[in-house]
Amino acid sequence: MIPAKFDYVRPSSVEEAVTALRDAGEDAKILAGGQSLLPVLRLRLAAPSTIVDLGGIAELRHIAEDGDRIAIGAMAAHHDVMRDDLVKQHVSLLSQATETVADPQVRHRGTLGGALAHADPAGDLGAVALALDAEFVIAGGSGTRTVPASEFFVDYFTTAIGEGEILTQVRFPKYTGWSTHYEKFNRTAQAWSMCAVAVALRLDGGSIAEARVGLTNMGTTPIRARGVEAALVGQQASEDAARAAAEHATEGTAAPSDADAASDYREHLARVLTGRAVLAAAG
Amino acid sequence: MTTTAEPTTELGKARTRKEDARLITGRTRYTDSITPHGTLHMHVVRSPLAHARINGVDKSAAEAAPGVVGVYTAADLGVDAVGLPCAWPITPDMKSPQRPLLATSTVHFAGEGVAVVVARTAAEARDAGDLVEIDYDPLEPVLDMEAALADGATLVHPDLGTNENATWVFDSGAAGTGGSVDEAISAAEADPDSVVVRRRFRQQRLIPAFMEPRSCVVDPTGEQITVWSATQIPHILRTMTTVTLGVPEAKLRVIAPDVGGGFGGKIGVLPEEMLCVALAQRLHKPVKWTETRSESLLAAHHGRDQIQDITITAKRDGTVTGLDVHLLADMGAYLGLVGPGVPILGAFMFNAIYKIPALKFTCTNVFTTKTLTDAYRGAGRPEATFAIERIMDELAAELGRDPLELREQNWITHEEFPFTTVVGLTYDSGNYEQATQQAKQKFDYDALRREQAERRARGDKVQLGIGISTFTEMCGLAPSRVLGSLAYGAGGWEAASIRMLATGKVEVITGASPHGQGHETAFSQIVADQLGVPFEDVEILHGDTQSSPKGLDTYGSRSLAVGGIAIVKAAEKVVAKAKKLAAHLLEASEDDIEFNAGQFTVRGTDKGKAIQELAFAAFMAHDYPEDMEPSLDADAVYDPENFSFPHGTHLAAIEVDTETGKVNLRNYVCVDDIGTVVNPLIVEGQVHGGLAQGIAQALYEEANYDDQGTLVNGTFVDYTLPSAADLPSFDTAVVSTPATSNPLGVKGVGEAGTIASTPAIVNGVLDAIRHLGVADVEMPTTSQRVWRAIQEAQGRSTQETPVDTHSPGAGLGSIDPNNPQGEVQ
Repeated sequence: MIPAKFDYVRPSSVEEAVTALRDAGEDAKILAGGQSLLPVLRLRLAAPSTIVDLGGIAELRHIAEDGDRIAIGAMAAHHDVMRDDLVKQHVSLLSQATETVADPQVRHRGTLGGALAHADPAGDLGAVALALDAEFVIAGGSGTRTVPASEFFVDYFTTAIGEGEILTQVRFPKYTGWSTHYEKFNRTAQAWSMCAVAVALRLDGGSIAEARVGLTNMGTTPIRARGVEAALVGQQASEDAARAAAEHATEGTAAPSDADAASDYREHLARVLTGRAVLAAAG
Repeated sequence: MTTTAEPTTELGKARTRKEDARLITGRTRYTDSITPHGTLHMHVVRSPLAHARINGVDKSAAEAAPGVVGVYTAADLGVDAVGLPCAWPITPDMKSPQRPLLATSTVHFAGEGVAVVVARTAAEARDAGDLVEIDYDPLEPVLDMEAALADGATLVHPDLGTNENATWVFDSGAAGTGGSVDEAISAAEADPDSVVVRRRFRQQRLIPAFMEPRSCVVDPTGEQITVWSATQIPHILRTMTTVTLGVPEAKLRVIAPDVGGGFGGKIGVLPEEMLCVALAQRLHKPVKWTETRSESLLAAHHGRDQIQDITITAKRDGTVTGLDVHLLADMGAYLGLVGPGVPILGAFMFNAIYKIPALKFTCTNVFTTKTLTDAYRGAGRPEATFAIERIMDELAAELGRDPLELREQNWITHEEFPFTTVVGLTYDSGNYEQATQQAKQKFDYDALRREQAERRARGDKVQLGIGISTFTEMCGLAPSRVLGSLAYGAGGWEAASIRMLATGKVEVITGASPHGQGHETAFSQIVADQLGVPFEDVEILHGDTQSSPKGLDTYGSRSLAVGGIAIVKAAEKVVAKAKKLAAHLLEASEDDIEFNAGQFTVRGTDKGKAIQELAFAAFMAHDYPEDMEPSLDADAVYDPENFSFPHGTHLAAIEVDTETGKVNLRNYVCVDDIGTVVNPLIVEGQVHGGLAQGIAQALYEEANYDDQGTLVNGTFVDYTLPSAADLPSFDTAVVSTPATSNPLGVKGVGEAGTIASTPAIVNGVLDAIRHLGVADVEMPTTSQRVWRAIQEAQGRSTQETPVDTHSPGAGLGSIDPNNPQGEVQ
């Protein structure tokens, strides 16, 4: 229950936060909603010298329309993302996946940016951001840069966010009118995903005009299932097409093995869940 | 004139629990919220290794850390010769290792304490704990029970010469309570009209996972040493502290303030409690210890962990002729307070509700280098119930019979009570037909069987299974003579006192020690009826050896069936005294005084006195009979003549997704016969909680150790407990055949749901997929295990499931339990 000692800074602007991070050096850790950081602090699996708490930066909690994008502040709580009408209308896959994150308490504290920056491959939102080609706005000492989702996730718990940098905003293209579904498989209702599949389809009549598919916990990072996407495009949204496309679900994956699911079972799940997710999205 | 057995207003009333507001809001005294002035804080430095020699402990850096008062090993405290008690020597030649307060030369399980740090704050103690350097020489861990018993096995305690703690045998042939199982098996093997079914079941290791972590505070200032502890057993703890440390019993006051759950996990005399006493005496200051959740999962005792080899014999017509039970029970590294006896409690329950003519029970307890095991909700009886209810389904499958019908063929019919079983227990009451009939109706058993057949016929990817458990349990622990015959180190009575205050209010002191059960409400209801006073006027006092000096505490569904009856007996004495006083004041013969609803009246007149008036009269003592003391107060100690035997029929509708292996508990119906119901709301709460815990064993929970003896799921991220979101809305009902062994007719309900539900779920899972060729799925029946079982049954090979690897994701980041220092990014 008692973490190792650390210094605590609570800046009130991004600029102050960047300065605080620079001053604190390489042992600093950013606190967003704290839902992943606090347990590891309490178990002393991490012992940062300084915690920079972004909780006082009001400007990081916005959810707004920005041209052809929905821009979400990194500190927007899951609960707010999930309930937001703009998100529901234009990025419904994100609403659906966010609804499956943990429990209400966690969703009120945990943040979109925190979850994505933490980059747990079992986290639900990475696969969504990847499938939907989100952009990540990152602030640092030398200003702001934007990283596409395809370059954001680097490895286990490792992203393109550099030392001294802060994720400030995640920008999702609008997928207005797309059919979406997040199919999650876990041991208990509030547990992490053993495997999950995020699907967005643009349907044209009964056929699939465009497809975006992301996989959760099938490798060191979220994975874009491009083989599945390619197999779906141009097909009727039928059970047969879904099953056939789902056979491509494990291409390019490196499924982890653990007590909940050895890799062969995880691969099997990825195929079954992909088929189900496509059918559910297609309605 | 009787004060019992009349149906009255309070008994049976669904009162909301009077203790809930303070317990739920936390605005009450839990142990950790008690911090006397000047309290020092203890942190335990624990071994990360399961089995290792201790070469040295370097305390210097920790001793120099801020706020540190001292760093101590057992030798430093002079307690290296002290052993913690085991109160249940199940056999005269049982092997019993010394269980030290802190490991001295060798650690025997991962999580065992090696040193303690005492500091001015808990944070300083914790920080300094990281600075204690312990030099270990790793030894071979002992993890597998069968391997531990083999020749040449590494010994957990070499001085014992074996890893076998004891072997305990009951043979109904030898005992004269039934036939010989060996003969039943030989006969069945030789008879083409008989079958012999042998199965091996595994009772996985579970962690009790109570909500409030363990905690204790010891204040040595004052004449008596005061010990506050989050314990189920304040009275036993006091006596055992004397036995362990030699502090005179009269110099000890033990208080269990409000306690947040226990499930058996707080029946123990903890090394940490004894260390706090020793440190408080040494330092002359209050000393406090509160464990973290991870410490709790790692070092608090675990439950279950048995291998069960079961052989059942039956005629082809379904009549069971014999049951042979061979258990291996994992004790862990040491013996807990009642650990060796836990599997033995199950010995009497394997025959369950059935007329089994021959039964033999053999249990070998084994030492391993794991956390010790001891009582966990049901304690021996869930294990027994699981085995018998599983094997009855296996027998039904073997014979091609409906499993419910097969049970009915073999169970004791309601006309046959009282019935003396093959193990010599006398079941006083019960009606298995009634409970089963109601359960079938609520469940719509026949319709679900039809749906099952349809799904099977069309090869639906979601198959339906019906899980059955018709259980009984022995509750109300326990008749002292029976405990004596089992060499248990205490009696089974319970004590109560009633104080009639001058204002007419009533204080009731119980020796039971609630930790979430609702005693204050249920006992108040009983007393309100017994004395005819308002429910609100009754105050229940408990858990403090200064106010309730006698008691044997709370476990084994005993609080109502034993403790509640002690209260009734005390109330009867109060009424007898009040009647004598009433007769005197009313100038009538005692024989003419009638007592009803709190009023003592002279028969045939309107003259009378309320019990409150009599309490005041006794307090004033201006006018009372010469042969009576001026007091209505009374004490009682009740020793039950027999156990009580709740039973019930539990039915589970289980869907198995054959593509993913996912098990979905669609519906759960149970009809329990728990005798007279004091408070239906409390009963329902107990049943719901019990079901959740039993279902969790079937579907979710397991304490996993890797090949080095490290507990690999020692946090709530990976020790999987279900929440309300994982369980259906239970459909529960109660029928009542009152117990004849006590004046209230109560039987006990605290463990029923847990005992009954585990086999119901596993039977249901197998019933859904048995037609696919699946013979068994080990608990917990996770989706992965079910999927693999289906694959293997269909001839497809699958890879091994690792138990000892963590994938980097899912939860705490890259925690590798074997490399806990691994930095999280």
